[in-house]
Amino acid sequence: MLRYIGRRILIAIPTLIIVSLLVFALQKLLPGDPVLTMAGEERDPQVLEYLRQKYRLDDPIPVQYFAWIGSALTGNLGISLRTDIPVLDLIMSKLPVTLELAIMAMIVALAIGIPAGIISAVKKGTAVDYTANVIALSGLSIPNFWLGIMLIMLISVRWQLLPASGYVPPTEDLWLNIKTMIMPAFVLGTGLAASLMRHTRSAMLGVMRSDYIRTARAKGLLSRKVILKHALRNALIPIVTLSTLLFGELLAGAVLTEQIFTIPGFGKLIVDAVFNRDYAVVQGVVLCTAVGFIFMNLLADVLYVLVNPRLRHSA
Amino acid sequence: MTATAVIADEVALPRKRSRVLSKFLKNKSAVVGGAIVLFFILAALIGPYLAPYDPIKPSFTSIRKPPSELFWFGTDELGRDMLSRMLWGARASIMAGVVSVFIAIVLGVPFGLIAGYFGGWIDASISRATDAMLAIPFLIFAIALAAFLGPSLTNAMIAIGLSAMPIFIRLTRGQVLTVKAEDFVEGARAIGLPDFWIMARYIFPNVLPPILVQGTLTIATAIIAEASLSFLGLGQQPPNPSWGSMLNTAKNFMDQAPWMSIFPGSAIFLIVLGFNLLGDGLRDALDPREQ
Repeated sequence: MLRYIGRRILIAIPTLIIVSLLVFALQKLLPGDPVLTMAGEERDPQVLEYLRQKYRLDDPIPVQYFAWIGSALTGNLGISLRTDIPVLDLIMSKLPVTLELAIMAMIVALAIGIPAGIISAVKKGTAVDYTANVIALSGLSIPNFWLGIMLIMLISVRWQLLPASGYVPPTEDLWLNIKTMIMPAFVLGTGLAASLMRHTRSAMLGVMRSDYIRTARAKGLLSRKVILKHALRNALIPIVTLSTLLFGELLAGAVLTEQIFTIPGFGKLIVDAVFNRDYAVVQGVVLCTAVGFIFMNLLADVLYVLVNPRLRHSA
Repeated sequence: MTATAVIADEVALPRKRSRVLSKFLKNKSAVVGGAIVLFFILAALIGPYLAPYDPIKPSFTSIRKPPSELFWFGTDELGRDMLSRMLWGARASIMAGVVSVFIAIVLGVPFGLIAGYFGGWIDASISRATDAMLAIPFLIFAIALAAFLGPSLTNAMIAIGLSAMPIFIRLTRGQVLTVKAEDFVEGARAIGLPDFWIMARYIFPNVLPPILVQGTLTIATAIIAEASLSFLGLGQQPPNPSWGSMLNTAKNFMDQAPWMSIFPGSAIFLIVLGFNLLGDGLRDALDPREQ
């Protein structure tokens, strides 16, 4: 098992190196002189020279890359041009907010997606199955920022049931925190719930065709026991790993959700950085997201082996 | 190949095509999806000529008018007719979806073909680069690219195309690995045909159906991505309309003018649903296991 994990980590290393090259290459896409773009309206030659030296823009590109990655490896992702705060500190201050949103959205997605997938598979070909499929496909097709706008319009503006925007840390007021986060979590979790529902349905249908399910039924076991104890346990194996992989999608979806509900998280940080031309922050966020995603991928691989006894023995 | 085999092949191909078509037409949801997509494509092509008003010119006498006989979809915060803007916006949204997927296919498929066909270090290098690109979530990558390239519809299309490219590299590579083990590829190699010719003439046509299915489904994702980028202000720039940028403005007038959000959002939802239904239908019709 340890050897398997070691092998997966080894494979992840070249991927991480290429990710760093991609993120570094982003700043080379800036049209014209990058210093002029970074400086915005500032045209003081001293400031321009300072920026040029700071980002080593007169050095050859490989030197620039190694200097940048060397700093990144020590946790120095640069300083935000607009706030003068180290990028890593900015990211670490925003990350807990996005993680809370992502975890709540994942709970919503699992709570809706898995039961809906099971019911749809068990009732295959019936009106329930068709309805569940139509709802799932609609969930996949609805832009989550529009769903957010519609929910704010109905729930917050018309019915005044929940706050439309803002964020209160759970340490300050847990109840208000839940009230502000429930709608964004629902918006973010909907697309994921649809995806999970479709995967659960197809995994359940696959498992329910197996011989051991037929045997369990032939033994006269209760239908509920066959579905929950025998079928679901095995169908959940790919779902567990899928949920880990969907975490990347959650982070991307959080960008828009945080924008609509004005939640000061990771996603809002990158959008604000884009408009403030704070390129070090944009690069830092992209790098951290990619590293996080590779880590989740690794976790998914390990989990897949851990929850699947056949693979566990061969690993 | 003998003459009989050639004739048999020529007869079998239209038969296979008609079987796929009849299977597709039997799938009601796929036909509905196709009809929705067709409707929006027509709206994008001829809609601008039918648009009752100028989509850009403000009219300060008709600011935020609700839907009426004069303005079917109401007007926006500058008094512009929403229906006319929606028709012009359809062009931007559909073009963004199609062009970005075209970019992704044109760049991704050759890399996938090369990786799958040659294997070895070429495959390893392309696959690791693909993994790296897939490690950055689609929208975050598109936002970062659009940020560095500068906000415009063209750059948004390039950004979405580049972000979607790894999906096609990975899909094509996987398909090539299956096809290259087939006897006809071995035969083509045995008679000394050049690698490029084998890839273009023998492998590519056989990996095309799943690419088309994925392409259709990715257009749906790309339309949402364009709408998202325009919503964030990184796509179509004002005053030119796109459904995403219309929603960006509409969010400031949720209470006073709900129609400003309802119509563009419904349009995005419907066209994405259409492409998803069409893609699912194509996948079922082209899936050899179902035939």
